[in-house]
Amino acid sequence: MREIRYREAVREALAEELARDPRVFVMGEEVGYYNGAYKVTEGLLARFGPQRVVDAPIAEAGFAGIGVGAAMVGLRPVIEFMTWNFSAVAFDQILNNAAKLYQMSGGQYKVPIVFRGPNGAARQVAAQHSHSMDPFYVNIPGLYVIAPATPRDAKGLLKTAIRDDNPVVFLEGETLYAVKGEVPDVDTDECIPLGQARIAREGTDVTIVAWGRPLHTALDAAQKLAEQGISCEVVDPRTLRPLDHATIVESVKKTNRCVVVHEHWEHGGTGAQIVDVVQREAFDWLDAPVLRVHNQDVPMPYAVNLENAVLPTVERVVAAVERVTYKR
Amino acid sequence: MSTLTRDEVGSETLLRLYRQMFLIRRFEEEAARSYAQGKIGGFLHLYIGQEAVAVGVNALMQPDDYFVTTYRDHGVALARGMTSRACMAELYGKVTGCSKGMGGSMHMFDREHNFLGGHGIVGAHVALAAGAAWASKYRGDGRVTVCFFGEGATNIGGFHEGVSLAALWKLPIVFVCENNEYSMGTPTERTLPQRDVSKKGEAYDIPGLRFRGQDVIEVMAQMREPIARARRGEGPTMVEVQTYRYRGHSMSDPGKYRTAEEVEERKKTDPVRIGHDHALASGATEQALAAIDASVEAEVADALAFADESAMPDEALLHSLVLAPNTEGDHPPPLGSYPAERHAGASVDADKVAVRHA
Repeated sequence: MREIRYREAVREALAEELARDPRVFVMGEEVGYYNGAYKVTEGLLARFGPQRVVDAPIAEAGFAGIGVGAAMVGLRPVIEFMTWNFSAVAFDQILNNAAKLYQMSGGQYKVPIVFRGPNGAARQVAAQHSHSMDPFYVNIPGLYVIAPATPRDAKGLLKTAIRDDNPVVFLEGETLYAVKGEVPDVDTDECIPLGQARIAREGTDVTIVAWGRPLHTALDAAQKLAEQGISCEVVDPRTLRPLDHATIVESVKKTNRCVVVHEHWEHGGTGAQIVDVVQREAFDWLDAPVLRVHNQDVPMPYAVNLENAVLPTVERVVAAVERVTYKR
Repeated sequence: MSTLTRDEVGSETLLRLYRQMFLIRRFEEEAARSYAQGKIGGFLHLYIGQEAVAVGVNALMQPDDYFVTTYRDHGVALARGMTSRACMAELYGKVTGCSKGMGGSMHMFDREHNFLGGHGIVGAHVALAAGAAWASKYRGDGRVTVCFFGEGATNIGGFHEGVSLAALWKLPIVFVCENNEYSMGTPTERTLPQRDVSKKGEAYDIPGLRFRGQDVIEVMAQMREPIARARRGEGPTMVEVQTYRYRGHSMSDPGKYRTAEEVEERKKTDPVRIGHDHALASGATEQALAAIDASVEAEVADALAFADESAMPDEALLHSLVLAPNTEGDHPPPLGSYPAERHAGASVDADKVAVRHA
């Protein structure tokens, strides 16, 4: 298998789906002539033309709404937010229209749309540009929420998302775009099912659950802990809504300990949800409280030392694992 | 100014339009009664007084065209041809309703009649409507979308973003502001810095049009050009129809912000009565009109009985209507189906493409 970067994997998924289905189009700020703010859509305009790779003005609520309306009548839009931070001004379109219209119309109108873009801290861009938006979206029935951490998952899950008949929130990461990983050859057409977690590393002593950028932090921590003789199993849910309870719970029943690592704030969200699932479904198997490593409960600061203090780090994950194994 | 005479519309059409307006009036009067009896819950926003707008616009539209409107949606739904039964049953929250009892008064939908909904969030549906029009342009299907909204919606961002994008991309859509003078309980002088809503198109370089919308023939006369312009591919028009609602904003609103005299004055230009007079003047007989009135009464009575007798939605529906079963993603139409594809590559101005930094 070849190795490509995350951004290339996303681009390949877009290109393959654009080539496969004439109903698919990509719309967002700078996706066309500029070749993408993060070069994810590079080359797509030249290949597919401006009717299908559509530069939109700075009007997230407007073009998210355009996407919802186009999806209702049978197209399959991929709406890019330059970052998910900017989805806040389009939140109503996702919450009230994309997620609700199928139900409110008594099942008459489907909304097959993908909203995608980078999520989470992009390093030193301060409070308004560093959000992990996933807690807001995982709360909403009627949506799929996906947060792939690897190039292979990014490609395979995006292809599935575009073919799904429901609205999908697809969370990439600016600091993930340069990550390299193995991806099946072009046109292998690997579509990864939504709602299935993946064991990113097998282990026996502690289960670490992490997704998106923090998955890599968790894997680095697991490597370090292995050197101390602690064997960590790292589970990547990949899809945050619906959450694959079975894979997480099965792992915890094996290790009897669980640490959840995430970039969103502490209060609510998928991190808290996983703790709830584990205590409900694996209570009798737990040998320690479930701990979480997450962003500190503050708006993101600009200063690099303070930002590093806010984000989950390998050191903080190691410390949490040591606590649940009573090494500390 | 565009004109249209009774003779041009014709007696048969005028009778049909009168029937639609009278049906909306009687349907809603009975819905208000059912609401008072506790048979209808939630909000109920009545269209009474504005009937000529939905009926006049629909008279010019094709079955394939898309309609999008606000939470004050019964009039548009019935004008579009949705059945009284399906609409009344929806108000009653019954499974036989047009939205299976999931939407209620504010969220009527009908795929068969290309009615993309009554929408509860002010202004958000304007961009959605532009999206339907965007799809028509993408597919080259020749359809026109009409989007209704109140004058109150013209203050919110969703309206401006939707209009801006529709104008930028010359989408086949007509924006129809139904200015009924009150944004809930607040008159336009306290909500609109520019009270001529039709001028709001100027900022987006699209034509504006403003007229009184109590006479269905006048609505048709004025709306012909905006619809034709959209169908010609020349882009949207900002239409302001000056109208008036006789009832409160919703059933809980006694309307104390305006005088009884004002409401009575406005009822002198009642759209249903004007429609009745047009039909008579065009040669329809009193007997024909009486027969229409009787058929409307029978239809509304039947709808009420149907709604009363229909079953409530089963709890199983709760979960089956959250996510759609996947049926369409695996069956793309053939490549080359849409005009959008024929512009691939060729129409890209290579000089404008950003060169990647080394």
